[in-house]
Amino acid sequence: MKQPAKNRFSAKKAARFGLLVALALIFSYAESQIPPFFAVPGMKIGLTNVVVLTALYKMGSGPAMGVNLLRIFLVGLLFGNPFSVVYSLSGGMLSTVVMILLRKSGRFRLITVSVAGGVFHNVGQIAAAAVIMQTAQLGWYMVVLWFTGMLTGALIGVLGYEMVRRLPDALFE
Amino acid sequence: MKKRGMDVLLVAALVLAGVGMAVLLWPREPGEAVQVRVDGTVTAEYPLSASLRTRIEGVGGYNELVIEDGSARLEEADCPDRICVRTGRIRQKGQSIICLPHKVVIEIVGAAPSPAPDVTGR
Ligand SMILES: [Zn+2]
Repeated sequence: MKQPAKNRFSAKKAARFGLLVALALIFSYAESQIPPFFAVPGMKIGLTNVVVLTALYKMGSGPAMGVNLLRIFLVGLLFGNPFSVVYSLSGGMLSTVVMILLRKSGRFRLITVSVAGGVFHNVGQIAAAAVIMQTAQLGWYMVVLWFTGMLTGALIGVLGYEMVRRLPDALFE
Repeated sequence: MKKRGMDVLLVAALVLAGVGMAVLLWPREPGEAVQVRVDGTVTAEYPLSASLRTRIEGVGGYNELVIEDGSARLEEADCPDRICVRTGRIRQKGQSIICLPHKVVIEIVGAAPSPAPDVTGR
């Protein structure tokens, strides 16, 4: 019986983490059922980013990255293909890194962090598309996705802010 | 309130960068030809002035290319997302339609189309 308290602590934390991953999966699935309304590859609302923001602000950088990574692999395994995994991995990792850094700087509000996350999510996806499709001619997609990333990032930021504000911290301790 | 100032600064920087990209990258010149690439290889090129309908064999599926009235579009495809079909018409140089699942890119280019690929010597 060494450090029983600490063990209980991490088991509880793992359960919270699992809950967030499950929530992210549900959001991913829900979003995949919505027909894309912008005719650009990768144009999505990014509902799962609400969960990543929650993990980032309630649990920290590691769990935020972990939730997103697990979500991407599980979604790829359940409803996607290796190709879609590469694509969402590139966008998801870049946006999560950007959001982690911006949050760490302590100079920005959650919604601004989310706006930057939205933009860099799309930048990452365009970069992956450029490599996979072997084309550099993605300029106009980049312009469209830059601005739609800001808009969806703001929307997700508002939702994420409400989520972080309403969920009690005690739930994640 | 220092925090708010930094937020405005970052958002302004993002908007500015976006506008800068739009000015630099947004296609404005009318194109002359439609280039078809499958998995990174140019498979066909047609003049934009043509009026035609042709089937592109992509990776794991097809896309139906229609060129008419000086614009190109992918009218039909059996890809799962059909984003390529929803992209609609393109006519400006540098614009492209991408079917990610089939690895098909059609792009408007400025140069006059070269002779049909099967005629060109290697
Ligand atoms: Zn398609």
